[in-house]
Amino acid sequence: MTVMNLKSNEKKATREAFGDEIAELGKNKNILVVDADIGGSCKTTKFMNAFPKQHVNVGIAEQNAAGLAAGLATTGKIPFVSTYAVFGSLRMAEQIRQEVCYPNLNVKIACSHGGLTPANDGGSHQAIEDMGVLRTFPNMKVIMGADYHSTRKLVKQAAEIYGPVFLRFTRDTIPIIYDENEEFEIGKAKQLKDGKDIALIANGDTVHLAIQAAEILENKGISVKLLDMHTIKPIDREAILECIEIGKIVTVEDHNIINGLGSAVSEIVAEQGEGIVRRVGVQDQFGESAPYEKLLEINGITVENIVNKAEEIL
Amino acid sequence: MEVGSLTLEELKKKAIDLRESAVTMVYKAQSGHPGGSLSAADFVTALYFNEMNIDPENPDWEDRDRFVLSKGHVAPIQYAALAHKGFVPLETINTLREYKSPFQGHPDSKKCPGIDISTGSLGQGLSCAVGMALGGKLDEKSYRVFAVLGDGECQEGQIWEAAQSAVKYELDNLVVFVDDNGLQIDGPTEEIMPNGDLEKKFEVFGFETNRINGHSMEEVLEALDQVRDAKNGKPKCIICNTVKGKGVSFMENVVGWHGKAPNEEQYELAMEELARGLNV
Ligand SMILES: Cc1ncc(C[n+]2csc(CCOP(=O)(O)OP(=O)(O)O)c2C)c(N)n1
Ligand SMILES: [Mg+2]
Repeated sequence: MTVMNLKSNEKKATREAFGDEIAELGKNKNILVVDADIGGSCKTTKFMNAFPKQHVNVGIAEQNAAGLAAGLATTGKIPFVSTYAVFGSLRMAEQIRQEVCYPNLNVKIACSHGGLTPANDGGSHQAIEDMGVLRTFPNMKVIMGADYHSTRKLVKQAAEIYGPVFLRFTRDTIPIIYDENEEFEIGKAKQLKDGKDIALIANGDTVHLAIQAAEILENKGISVKLLDMHTIKPIDREAILECIEIGKIVTVEDHNIINGLGSAVSEIVAEQGEGIVRRVGVQDQFGESAPYEKLLEINGITVENIVNKAEEIL
Repeated sequence: MEVGSLTLEELKKKAIDLRESAVTMVYKAQSGHPGGSLSAADFVTALYFNEMNIDPENPDWEDRDRFVLSKGHVAPIQYAALAHKGFVPLETINTLREYKSPFQGHPDSKKCPGIDISTGSLGQGLSCAVGMALGGKLDEKSYRVFAVLGDGECQEGQIWEAAQSAVKYELDNLVVFVDDNGLQIDGPTEEIMPNGDLEKKFEVFGFETNRINGHSMEEVLEALDQVRDAKNGKPKCIICNTVKGKGVSFMENVVGWHGKAPNEEQYELAMEELARGLNV
């Protein structure tokens, strides 16, 4: 596969991908949605209308949603708890730990408003630590697709595999990168391009920025390996080992640089004892109300800064 | 300190001014929550312009009354009160949700004077209000703490954890307003998750409760009179029957106006209607 160009200009929020895919998955009577009063915003309305008996709304009570979903899972159901990422990771964190991950139940936590994407809502609503927190719970898988099509595929697979999964979606539209027939596997990085001078590893809404940075670097004669690391846990160790062979890695994420993709990659690099990593991501600071692009800029999550970080270590 | 300087008619007019500013903010930002701002407008006006002991010149004054907007998404109505009261320049209403504005999407105590604590994640503010009231008791201060909750918000378990602690610590310096507008985001509260009898619930927890018409300035002021000097060891809860979107006919009782901005035509219509005053 070669680097996709973003010429199509088509954009879609990945919460739409969840909404469309879950409405298909509902044909399996065991698939349930547990909403917490933001179903409209999290795009579960289509599911609710098509499968009213498989839809539960607990109201504004996220902790109850998580525990209730755990109970449903013990009866053979496959509940998708749907809320915003900040609530789905933090408000319910202990319920997810004690009642979902500890007993290893088949509950999926599917969250819109990941990262900085709820931009003008301000810092209270921007989830910059969600993936990191959930990554530390044993049995949990943590995933963010890079566009509409890949997100649909990953949601479908999350329903098919057993066990707890955290899925994170964007509130805002992001470019479509992949063809709708492209296949994805949870836990396996998607290589967008092979190269030998530097490796860029990105996920979620920053993959399209990494693609643009790769193009700029290639135009400067630098050979870039580019990975979409949609699953940060279980992380694709093999793919990272290949990057370590190149020796120079830049990670890019819409998440705190502490404990997200950059940290997960760095852990393996440190264990190998070779290679150097630069992390592009949220600079361990709360967000604020601003346009999404502005928030990315404040944190240096830009094409230009990815190129700079790469050149720093080349 | 000026408390009680406005007449009843002036207070009613002020509630309209705040509504106009709240709707203007959301219109200019093209984002924000008009419905629950309008339902809370009358008691928020009464608190800021008749009841609370606060000083715009000294927002961190340690003896001030505290205000906690537990349902933080209706920040526009609190911002309107702060701007009209002089905590920030009136023009700040043109900057809602803009980069560097004191008027963040949800109240941010680090960015805006007069915000006693940041809120936005529902269900948490009442615990903070309880802490503020308990701190006041421990320091033998006479300030009071006012908290505003949504009816949907009362579905959060933490509200009831906070309520039981307010009762245990005999926080008669705490006054909770519930904006019982009957709607949340996904639909009517009765359908999404019925609250049952909120007044009884707070009462059996040990609160002194009252249910009033939250759009009648007379009833709001009376309710505040009743709790002002009631040093009986009981926290107070005033449940307000309100209409989400109150004052703008096309927003009234319409779920869709929870978190949506009016377009130009709707904005002008809203301003026209508000200028005519409220039907209570
Ligand atoms: C913990 C949490 N869950 C969900 C939300 C999203 N949310 C914002 S407003 C709202 C509905 C609030 O309804 P209500 O309390 O009745 O407020 P009002 O009708 O006055 O707007 C929800 C679910 C949130 N802000 N915090
Ligand atoms: Mg309500």
